[in-house]
Amino acid sequence: MSAISRDDVAHLAELAHIAMSDAELDRMAGELDAIVDAIASVSEVAGDDVPATSHPIPLANVFREDVVGVTLTQEEALSGAPDQQDGRFKVPAILDED
Amino acid sequence: MSTDALVDFNEALTRYEPALGFEVHVELNTKTKMFSDAPNEFGDEANTNVTPVDLGLPGTLPVVNGKAIEYSIKLGLALNCSIAESCRFARKNYFYPDNPKNFQTSQYDEPIAFDGWLDIELDSGRVIRVDIERAHMEEDAGKLTHLGGTSGRIQGASASLVDYNRAGVPLVEIVTRPILGVGADAPELGRKYVAAIRDIVKALDVSDARMERGNVRCDANVSLAPIGADKLGTRSETKNVNSLRSIERAVRYEIERHAAILDAGESVVQETRHWHEDTRTTSSGRPKSDADDYRYFPEPDLVPVVTSRERVEEIRATLPELPAARRARLSAEWGFSEEEFRDVVNAGLDSAIDETVTAGATPAAARKWWMGEISRLAKDTELEPTEQGITPADVVEIEALIAEKKINDKIGKQVLQLVAAGEGRPGEIVEAKGLAVVSDDGPLLAAIEEAMAGAPDVVEKIKAGKVQAIGALIGPVMKATRGQADAGRVRELVLEKLGVQG
Repeated sequence: MSAISRDDVAHLAELAHIAMSDAELDRMAGELDAIVDAIASVSEVAGDDVPATSHPIPLANVFREDVVGVTLTQEEALSGAPDQQDGRFKVPAILDED
Repeated sequence: MSTDALVDFNEALTRYEPALGFEVHVELNTKTKMFSDAPNEFGDEANTNVTPVDLGLPGTLPVVNGKAIEYSIKLGLALNCSIAESCRFARKNYFYPDNPKNFQTSQYDEPIAFDGWLDIELDSGRVIRVDIERAHMEEDAGKLTHLGGTSGRIQGASASLVDYNRAGVPLVEIVTRPILGVGADAPELGRKYVAAIRDIVKALDVSDARMERGNVRCDANVSLAPIGADKLGTRSETKNVNSLRSIERAVRYEIERHAAILDAGESVVQETRHWHEDTRTTSSGRPKSDADDYRYFPEPDLVPVVTSRERVEEIRATLPELPAARRARLSAEWGFSEEEFRDVVNAGLDSAIDETVTAGATPAAARKWWMGEISRLAKDTELEPTEQGITPADVVEIEALIAEKKINDKIGKQVLQLVAAGEGRPGEIVEAKGLAVVSDDGPLLAAIEEAMAGAPDVVEKIKAGKVQAIGALIGPVMKATRGQADAGRVRELVLEKLGVQG
């Protein structure tokens, strides 16, 4: 059974802002499906008594003191910006009015 | 600009039952951001309070601000929530230029606080319990300025500018469960609920709580269902309604708009709405769509936050007296009427009066000065009553001067003006300006004799037993002594002189 359909891949590509051709969508549907299958076998091994994990190291409560550190200058902050104005990042129109 | 059909609010409520829901974002006032050590400061030069973490630059890693966790737990406890023994952060994925990482670090299925409630008292005395579903931690986004459109709106803008100083500022988002059965009280409940949250975060000192700066922001969800229906209607979500008055207005407007749609037999579109303070209307934002598939997943760069029950109790023990409890206590201690007390609270002068009473004034005197002359002065100066440089100690001092008969009420008002003008403290001012009332009977008697000579008819009336006619003599005496006479003493002296019993 296929876990990831071609439509799923097209949907994900749209959410991720990745343009994909029909051929790419076909190929990725198959490849992602194989990956999901492989991971599914891990779930078969883990019983109900094994909680889901989001982090491989059993650590908790890694906190920082609330003390101000070194910041970038405005010039440094904007150094990688494709466009800028008035000390701010300049970005294209957000709404495309369609 | 809005062409929405509306149904009169009261009429709408004859057919429909509103359901409300609120999402309130509170910016915490920690010194640094949620995941970076950049300063959490409002109003600085653009893009100077940023580190590589806040800009989402490659290779950076977030580190949680321990103080922000403590503040979030405090707030959760003040909202009567349970605190999670263990919770995680999650990534909420979306593309928008105010969010440089293309995801917001938030919490999804494991909020730090959940299952709380808050009792809201309305002007009518009705108390509505608002159930809090969750309060979770997340980070604020940058600030956008839109260019080229009309009046800075995003519609029609040719480009936008981004300042990331606010990106990463710690937020707690407080989400209610649907609030049902409020009926016509819906708009007032909205305002009072957000006011209650603002007052709580201020009392806890976990936020600067300045709504005009966006420290407390509200999204208001409104839906209508036919009265008696067993399920909720489709809701709209009005975003960023950021003053108490606008919340009340936005809830009312949405009820009127939904009712017109339902009356016409159409369906409400589930969408976000934008509030416009100038026209007091909402306009369509964007409908819920595929783009709202945020693909939350646990944040792999952060480890869980584990809070022991001992730690929860430790933090609970540091909670100050909360606004609702404080109001109940003060109301009992001061003995004002319900209406007087409500006026004091609505004027935001309960703290000032409390401090004045603590400093030694009677509650009635404290209320008289703060709600009376000081508030009146504030109207002229367009400052808050408490921001004019008049302190509780000044009020106590003026009351003492009056009790010692050094000044009267009228001069007390004059002295307050001079205090507000920065002339010094009341005692000094009375001394320096020679404002002490004339208690030496000599000059007073001369003024009285002059007044009586000028009004023989009044004197006859008093002699005939019409004691209240004395009022006609007090005016000229006050004038002659430049308002510094003690009216009570004038009265005594007149009666004494004419041999009339008071």
